[in-house]
This record gives sequence, structure tokens and C-alpha cells, in this order.
Amino acid sequence: MKVVIMGCGRVGSRIASVLDHNGHDVTVIDTDNRAFRRLPGDFRGGTVIGTGIDEDVLRSAGIEEASAFIAVTNGDNRNIMASQVARNIFEVPEVVCRIYDPVREDTYRRLGLTTVCPTTTISALVLDHVIHAEESGLTRRSEV
Amino acid sequence: MYVIVVGGGKVGYYLTKTLLAEGFEVLLIERNPEKVESFIERFGAVVISGDGAEAATLAAAGAARADIVIAVTGEDEDNLVICQMAKTKFHVGRTIARVNNPKNEQLFRMLGIDVTVSQTNYILHLIEQSIPEQSFVHLLSLRHEDLAIVDAKIHTSSPVAHRSIGEITLPPNCIIAAVSRGPQLIVPTATTELMPGDDVIAIAHRDREDDLRRLLIT
Repeated sequence: MKVVIMGCGRVGSRIASVLDHNGHDVTVIDTDNRAFRRLPGDFRGGTVIGTGIDEDVLRSAGIEEASAFIAVTNGDNRNIMASQVARNIFEVPEVVCRIYDPVREDTYRRLGLTTVCPTTTISALVLDHVIHAEESGLTRRSEV
Repeated sequence: MYVIVVGGGKVGYYLTKTLLAEGFEVLLIERNPEKVESFIERFGAVVISGDGAEAATLAAAGAARADIVIAVTGEDEDNLVICQMAKTKFHVGRTIARVNNPKNEQLFRMLGIDVTVSQTNYILHLIEQSIPEQSFVHLLSLRHEDLAIVDAKIHTSSPVAHRSIGEITLPPNCIIAAVSRGPQLIVPTATTELMPGDDVIAIAHRDREDDLRRLLIT
């Protein structure tokens, strides 16, 4: 399937590379063309320089044929706006939006966006390890 | 009336200053703490520092009792999210967003922003209105009904020149509100004949503007 990814940071480039390896048609958008260096040498997908909140940039990335749109830039608001453009204007069936701020993430999830919040996800994973350690008695003897 | 302004650029600065002078209760939210300090010196304690898209900042600003939130930062994505957060989380009745890319106006309205202000479009309209040869000018948008008021100049070559309004089949959702002929303002009836040089003031649904233009001009 055709997938458009906005943001070619560590996460964006990794998603792009995995989808490309699995035979999907991927296009990555980033405002900085140096970001595309993160893509592997054998990447067969396309790259577009620009911001994903601009409809014309999304169009040139092939958003009109895309089955999925993934917004993973560093800016929460940019991800939110681009996701809403993809969903409301281009009617992309699957839109995934990364939002660091948990309150904003909660708000937009209620508004119907598919959201991923690294802050709550990573905190939960870390807490899980720490609490699990405590429960298994992995504390220093002096603290007992 | 309590107004929260987000973004202390030139627009936000003068907006805050003007609203204060008009006697409104105003609070300005600006991200840069240094700017906030200098604003407090000028305006008093009506400025706070923070990210206006963050719920904690809006809560501290008292967004829950705000009548209007106006987002005038330089970034469209920030203005959109500030207004959406104010609306969905704090149930602010009226949100106004500055739109830097004129193409975003329609999107913002679709996403629930009450009023959008595009400097680019505003200046463009002013230019269109001041070009004398322009035959079809968009004068005003009536947002809530999706209507526009337009001014069409009738030329000798116009298909409707020397025809009475009763003879013309207007596109649906369009009405001719007035005909301006020199110093005269004519309230049109079916027998009013359109003459070359007339300015036809019409109210049209946005979707019908182009149909109306074709009918009156070409």
C-alpha cells in the first residue's frame, strides 16, 4: 500500500525503512533535506522537501492515493494539523499522529484521531520495570 | 468580556494594547519570557509566559471563563491547536485564528474555528477592489451563511447588458441586491434594465460565485 510519512527523524526514517523493506510504496516528507540521510542506502521510496501542513506538499507526496498517513515530526501542533488535513481534506483511511503532550494527546484522541503519546508510553514502560523490580524483591538490603 | 490573546508578535501586541484601551479585560500569553517582562512593564500584570497550546497554560490564564480566545502567533499549526484546545477543553464560546497561509482559511473553519483572519487575503481583496478594470469583485464574505457579497461591472460586451433583470435566469442561491448607476442607487425590480457601466451588487452562495461571474461578465 501507499504510505506517506511526515518527519524523517529517528522514528520516521525507521518506519519508512521497515515499510519499504516489506514492499510498501513509501514517501517521506521533511523540511530539511539533510534528514533524508537517515534513510538506508537501499531505500526505494520517495522523498519530498516541505512541510506536511501544506496541502500542495502533501499532494506532491501522493497523499491522494495513500492508504495511510503518519505524522512524526518533533512538533505536536504540526503533527496534529497535518493529520487533520490528511483525514478531513484527503480522507486518508488510516492516519496516525504522534503527540508528546499527554493532555493534547487525550484531547485529540477524543476528537477521533489515532494518536501515539511517547511520554505516557515510555513512562509506563519504565515504571513497569521499576515497580516489577520492587515486587520481585530486587531492592538493596540497606533500604529494606 | 474576557479576551485571551495568544502570541505577542506585532499583531498580538497591538491587539492587546487596543483591546485594553477599549476597556476589555485582556490577558496576553507569550512564549518568550523576556518579551513577557517588557510587556508587563508596558501593560501591567496582564501578560503571562507559556505555551498557549498547552492546557496548563490555558488553565492558568483562566480560559474556562474566557469569552474569546484569539490566536495570532506566526505559525498556523499553533493557532489551530490553541483554538481547538480552547474550544474542546475549556468550552470557549468564540475562537479567532490568524491564518498565515490563505489556503488554510477553509480548513480552519471546517475544523471548528469560529473566525479566521488572513492578512494575505485581506490585502488581496483590497488590491482587487482598487483595480478599476476589475469586473467582478468579491466585497465581503458572510461566513455563517457561506455567502459573499460581490460587485460586478457590466460592460457593453456583457451578455446581460440592455436586458431587464426579469429576463435573466440567475444561478440558484444568488440575488441581485442593488444596482449602482453613477450617483444613483437603484433598488432592482424585474423591469430594471442593466446598462453598461452599472455596478451590480449581488449576494451569492460561495459555490455559485463563478456561475454568477460567467452570467454577468462573459
